Amino acid sequence: MSADLVIIGAGPAGMAAARVAAEGGLSVTLLDEQERAGGQIYRNVGAVAGRGWLGADYARGGALVQGLDHPGITHQPRATVWRIDARRGVIWLRDGQSHVSPAAHVLIATGAQERPVPFPGWTLPGLMPAGAAQILMKQSGMVPDEAILAGAGPLLYLVAAQMIAAGAPPVALVETPTAITHALPKLPRALFGLPTLIKGLGLIARIRAAGIPWYRGAADFRAETTEDGRIRFDFTTGKQSHSLTCGLLLTHLGVIPQSHLTRSMGLAHEYDAEQGAWRPTLDPWGQSSEPHVFVAGDGGGIGGAEAARAKGALAALAILHQAGKLDAAGRDRRAAPLRRALSRALSLRPFLDAAYSVPSAFLAPPDETIVCRCEEVTAGSIRKAACTGAEGLRLMRTSLRTGMGPCQGRMCETTVIGLIAEATDRPASTLGPGRIRTPVKPVTLAEIAALGPQPEETT
Amino acid sequence: MSAQAGTAIIGGGIVGLCVALGLAARGHEVLVLDGRDGDMRASQGNFGLVWLQGKGAGYAPYARWSFQAVQAWPDFAKRLSGLVDVDLALCQQGGYEFFTDAAEYEAFGHDLHRQANALDDRLSFELLNHADLAARLPGIGQRVVGASFCPLDGHVNPLRLHFALRQACLASGVRITCGASVVSVRPAGAGFALLDETGRQTRASRVVLCAGLGAAHLGPQLGFRAPIRAQRGELMITERVADRLPFLSSTIRQVDEGGFQIGGTKAETDCDTETTTTMVGLAQHAVAVWPRLADLRVLRSWAALRVMTPDGYPIYQRSADHPGAFLVTCHSGVTLAPLHATRLAEWIDGDPAAPDLEAFDERRFALS
Amino acid sequence: MNAASRFRDAPGAAPRSLRLMLDGVPVLARPGESVAAALLAHSGGATRQTPVTGAGRAPYCMMGVCFDCLVTIDGHPNVQACMVSAREGMVIQRQIGARRLGDQP
Repeated sequence: MSADLVIIGAGPAGMAAARVAAEGGLSVTLLDEQERAGGQIYRNVGAVAGRGWLGADYARGGALVQGLDHPGITHQPRATVWRIDARRGVIWLRDGQSHVSPAAHVLIATGAQERPVPFPGWTLPGLMPAGAAQILMKQSGMVPDEAILAGAGPLLYLVAAQMIAAGAPPVALVETPTAITHALPKLPRALFGLPTLIKGLGLIARIRAAGIPWYRGAADFRAETTEDGRIRFDFTTGKQSHSLTCGLLLTHLGVIPQSHLTRSMGLAHEYDAEQGAWRPTLDPWGQSSEPHVFVAGDGGGIGGAEAARAKGALAALAILHQAGKLDAAGRDRRAAPLRRALSRALSLRPFLDAAYSVPSAFLAPPDETIVCRCEEVTAGSIRKAACTGAEGLRLMRTSLRTGMGPCQGRMCETTVIGLIAEATDRPASTLGPGRIRTPVKPVTLAEIAALGPQPEETT
Repeated sequence: MSAQAGTAIIGGGIVGLCVALGLAARGHEVLVLDGRDGDMRASQGNFGLVWLQGKGAGYAPYARWSFQAVQAWPDFAKRLSGLVDVDLALCQQGGYEFFTDAAEYEAFGHDLHRQANALDDRLSFELLNHADLAARLPGIGQRVVGASFCPLDGHVNPLRLHFALRQACLASGVRITCGASVVSVRPAGAGFALLDETGRQTRASRVVLCAGLGAAHLGPQLGFRAPIRAQRGELMITERVADRLPFLSSTIRQVDEGGFQIGGTKAETDCDTETTTTMVGLAQHAVAVWPRLADLRVLRSWAALRVMTPDGYPIYQRSADHPGAFLVTCHSGVTLAPLHATRLAEWIDGDPAAPDLEAFDERRFALS
Repeated sequence: MNAASRFRDAPGAAPRSLRLMLDGVPVLARPGESVAAALLAHSGGATRQTPVTGAGRAPYCMMGVCFDCLVTIDGHPNVQACMVSAREGMVIQRQIGARRLGDQP
């Protein structure tokens, strides 16, 4: 199963890169965890007809999926990558079978995950990220019933509009404090992203027109289960307390790069203060600190689907050049329009990052909040440990088991860092990123054992 | 910025914290200088065995020291639980060494006899061939040719031990600073001057070097040879399991939370990254020993660096040139913890009742 | 545990033509959807109890990140229901606490 290029993740970045690389003459193996290509943004896009209520942007992903129909591309669905070994290659799993894909070049395009939104009650059945609800809309034709949308960020407006279009409008939109005024200086550049901006305003208008109750400046989130299994959602706006009841509470505070795979390889990472997250250190082509390892899409820093598509194609051009299939002049010539598209796609980002920055109460939530969902460690015990010497991510992990469960810290690391930062009065940037070990997804002893010794060691 | 301390202990791992606790219990004012969160830390990556069998087969003083330590563990655990509310999950139920290679099994049997001799036959152990073992542990794998069993062996939750030691130290008045590695230590006046990487200075009348691999660099500044090297061990942990494993072994143990820890590898390297080949070896070993583990999910593998002396035994060294400076280093910090927190503190204090630790003098390496 | 589902079908959604069993109760699923989606369509209640405190949890992230959707599928414990497509005849159990060891091979 050797290929010139192994791409991990079939979202917009991975799909765009696969097509460019294959057209340039490379054999490409495209590994993806899902049954169908598309990533989270274009989840299931190739399989569904007649879901107009999801909008035109979603349908646009179809062309990328069709682009995978190329003899140079082998798409491996349901493939879970759990380790990348410098000598063996990309190690992945499907249906209990371990596979190794050796490759001269690797492109990691694992995308984003939702930023954890911790507050008392966020672990109860009936609470989900808004992005999860969107996945259910795309993949299962299910829409949230009597849901409240809470948090901040453009996705919240999009999900609200999609729910309205599907005939299941949210019962309320509860928005945490935004910093639109503070973000205004970044607006001039944002004007290059005018179509997106207008689209965003259109979404807001649709939510207004539907008469959805809209609470602004909300804080002090708390959720409880009512006797009949519904969710009671308490919050405040200013000095006023509110208590709403809903079937489903959908939260959102933006997305962060999925960096477990890149971190597990020991690649250099850096803290993005605007986005409040770590990302791999990349050159303008997406090349990481390892020359043959590239990263494209939201996994390398949040930019959205259009940016991911451009970054994927740019990385593929650089890989073609590295593989001797494209000279520098050809690479640069073809890169020029992609860089313009990328610049347009990213023009709104500084404005969005500033306007929808994460309120500190969600980085360092109240004591009773369960922070580590796997090991069920509360914010209170983390604060206490931080004040008695557990001043680092690893010391916290070994003291309280935060991040030691099956999710490997994906759902708690940002919060643990926030709490240590608060307790020790140090910036978050000095406290991470945590070291990630493999397997990055759980894999059975039998599946590991079946890999056997390295081929050259058996002789 | 400058701090003062009676005794400064460089290193906040299990060894350093035990010594700190022991000295604090003897009425000393103690400051522990711990390094950065990302430093190499054997104390946060180990296997948690409280283990006797095989130790000191060729060196009677180490056999006796380890024997004393294992015997002292129940009281030590009680002492810690009196200081802090942390369950160490100490379980001294006896432990196995499993062998899939007949020659290794035979050789280890000889080692145990030598170790028993060194201990004046206070070591009880059994050697079990496959049939004996299968009768006792019906789930054992076919490829296990034999095993040794020592009823004195046990294990503890090593992370909670480290956590408990920190809390116990704080409760005993020990000050702990962290976040900065000590970069230099030198005699100054009647004591010592320590400097960390942030430029912070500490003056202390005594200094105990418990810095693990860091001692290789700091030791010579105080005239110690500190001949230590890194040895990588790789480990894995699985998802939690409700059933209890009916045995403890030196390579497979069930932690009190329910997961299975698999380990016991050795590689001569100072790179603490896990490797595919060793992961495969550990997985194959686990399934060979206990086939029912095959479908357990590994949540994480990791590597940590043992702090090894040339012969594998501890070094307890007083500085001849600089009275008040001590070097303490070993790779069995968990097993030896009770002694480090009691007898070793007596020895550092020059208490007439202190044990004779001449056998662990680092000058033994100059003679060989 | 069988609270009403917190979701409803979107306009034009395909019929639920697959039949799964959840702890002995039939659950209907659409071809192409994940087991987690089918469970959420079936009930708004917990689909597992955590091994640490026994707290009830339900599928959360739907993209393989959070591990809150762990269930036993066809005898395999701790499977991420959001990463497995529903298939006719699947036998699913809620994951109650820590898993058990498999049988002697």
